[in-house]
Amino acid sequence: MKDNIIIQIITRLLVPFIQVFGFYVIMHGESGPGGGFQGGVILGASIILYVIVFGIDEGRKLVSEKINDICNSTGVLIYGGVGILCMIAGGKFLEYNILPLGSAHFASHMGMLGIEIGVGMTVAAVMVTLFIETARQGK
Amino acid sequence: MSISQHFPVLVIILPLISAVLIPILSRAKKIYGWYISSAATFISFMISLSLLRTVHVKGKISYWMGNWEPPWGIEYVVDYLNGYVLVVISFIIFLITLYSNKSVDKEIPEDKVSSFYTIYMLFVTGLLGMIVTGDIFNLYVFIEISSLAGYALIAAGRKRDALIASYNYLILGTIAATFILLGIGYLYMMTGTLNMADLRERLPALYDTTVIRTAFAFFSVGLSLKIALFPLHIWLPNAYTHAPSVIGALQAATATKVGVYVMIRILFTVFKPEFILEVIPVAKLFVMLSAVAIIMGSLLALGQKDIRRMLAYSSIGQIGYIVLGIALANRLSIMGSLIHVLNHALMKGGLFLVVGAVIYKTGITNIDDYKGLGKKMPFSMAAFTICALSMVGVPLTAGFVSKWYLALGALQAGKWVMVPVILISSLLTAIYFWRVIDAIYFQGHEVSGKIDDAPVGMLVPTFALATCCILFGIVASVPVNITNFAAKMLIGG
Amino acid sequence: MIEFILAKYNYWIYITLMMIGFYAMIAKQNLIKKIIGMNIFQTAVFLFYISIAKVKGGTAPIEWEKAVRYDNPLPHVLILTAIVVSVSTTAVALALIIKIYKAYGTIEEDKILEMNK
Repeated sequence: MKDNIIIQIITRLLVPFIQVFGFYVIMHGESGPGGGFQGGVILGASIILYVIVFGIDEGRKLVSEKINDICNSTGVLIYGGVGILCMIAGGKFLEYNILPLGSAHFASHMGMLGIEIGVGMTVAAVMVTLFIETARQGK
Repeated sequence: MSISQHFPVLVIILPLISAVLIPILSRAKKIYGWYISSAATFISFMISLSLLRTVHVKGKISYWMGNWEPPWGIEYVVDYLNGYVLVVISFIIFLITLYSNKSVDKEIPEDKVSSFYTIYMLFVTGLLGMIVTGDIFNLYVFIEISSLAGYALIAAGRKRDALIASYNYLILGTIAATFILLGIGYLYMMTGTLNMADLRERLPALYDTTVIRTAFAFFSVGLSLKIALFPLHIWLPNAYTHAPSVIGALQAATATKVGVYVMIRILFTVFKPEFILEVIPVAKLFVMLSAVAIIMGSLLALGQKDIRRMLAYSSIGQIGYIVLGIALANRLSIMGSLIHVLNHALMKGGLFLVVGAVIYKTGITNIDDYKGLGKKMPFSMAAFTICALSMVGVPLTAGFVSKWYLALGALQAGKWVMVPVILISSLLTAIYFWRVIDAIYFQGHEVSGKIDDAPVGMLVPTFALATCCILFGIVASVPVNITNFAAKMLIGG
Repeated sequence: MIEFILAKYNYWIYITLMMIGFYAMIAKQNLIKKIIGMNIFQTAVFLFYISIAKVKGGTAPIEWEKAVRYDNPLPHVLILTAIVVSVSTTAVALALIIKIYKAYGTIEEDKILEMNK
């Protein structure tokens, strides 16, 4: 698909918009359809679109293997980290009301946002890893 | 606010965090994967011992995730049954993880070892989560986590047969898990709650409806497939034979036991015992199926050439023992079942670890080629003999205690025909293990007497398991007392 | 009798889909068709869960000023989790099929069984 210039230009225009939409879906999980997994899949899909059009090597320049592996794990660590932070602040695991961030309502929102971002990061990174490893057939 | 009140959650979170730390830290040095796994499983074992002690001193522990009150929130409950199974499973997992270093280095390609340990720790997370949770949908999530990790781990075997075995297990396991999901859906539809304790209160009024009976049917079929109860055992021989040695040991010793624990929870805590005894007399069906499984498992193990396949068919027979104890549904038989959970994990784990050590040293999997190994690997073969004697049920070993209680339970339930079934299968077990012991010690006189045993890192866990077989045969009071409390709580009398 | 069929049409649809998926998982020889059957099977179960969440006169479970009654949001949340599980299972199955293809050269089940004998 490298030679088809229309697809290349449209992809380059579209990928940032898809990513912004992905972030929007992650952030608005509490008050609309969406959430961590859905937004993460959309983010992953944007990078997969780039890899499909431009090839695996170009895709790897965009998201190097080291960054990919680190993002795989960091999302789950953020999730666990928020939970353990709640335990340290004196509540049970994932009890967001206790966090010392102002009112309980605001702390609850921030906690949920934190774990949604963690989940979104892991899902996006795993989607990209799955696609690239499948396309390369493990070579 | 001490840390010990968070132990029900920590026992799951620590393996999960270690699972995601392993890929990052293994970039520095490969062996960090094994260090982190061993540390995480050791800490989980210590936490589970502390949980069991707290249950013994204070009674049932209940932990509310996010401090949401059940039945609206997810609750983690640890009582005698939970705590006992948690200690057993985490102990076996810890020993197998200690053992795994050399074996994994030999059988898995080097660049995949860190991924192997990642999926291994995810498998451990799923197993431990299945045991601790008190919410039925959380149970489904953890079942799927451990199943998916299990499929990937089994596919890591050396020959290409491992891929087909894993694919078959995937198809059957997904059917089972989806049936369990359907059962949960029917239960939720009629009661509106997902908490196990709350379901226990709301279900008796609904026992006569078709929906609840359908839900129970789906649960039975799904769980029977997961624990490989006859006739849904077809995936097990291939999966255990072609998996890497460590994974064969892990699956045989832990995965089916946790499935049995889930079955006990659903049958006795969510549905009261009178449901399977009086409302739908499924208990009779389970008794018959488990009797067939016991005999058939031992018979099919007789004719096998590959030692891992023989041990796999033997496992099918042993699962028959455990389900027999559950289906007879009185206090003594449930005690026998639960003690057999501990014993079978120790014995089968030890046997599979010895087989793994033999594969590590020589690559032999055929029973006839085991000639003369008694001289070459005396310590491993001693552990094998001890575990084999315990499987037969020789007095002074652990196997005798569980078979004794199962026979007592069968007599108390009035099904005395089970006692000759247990005796016949013990005889068959002796026959098929004698084939191996005969080859090890009494043949192969032409082999030289040089001792070339497995490395110490592999011998120590194997010997620990064999020693526990003898220990729990002589000093059986600890498992007997704990399972007595657990059975009283389940059966209520 | 007609009422029995028409009033509970969601259950009939879910059962039909589930049986189609189950049949595909068991009877088809191509490994990929089995995975597609598995997806249909699991999607039927999701349909069942969502269909029991509907409340008469309820709107979608998103906060809205003009809403009188909301649908039950709990099954929707359960199905989000179950969809993730289904995607992961499909991913593992497809990875396995790629490795099987590289090892055996075919993805028809009867040919693979012949090769294994």
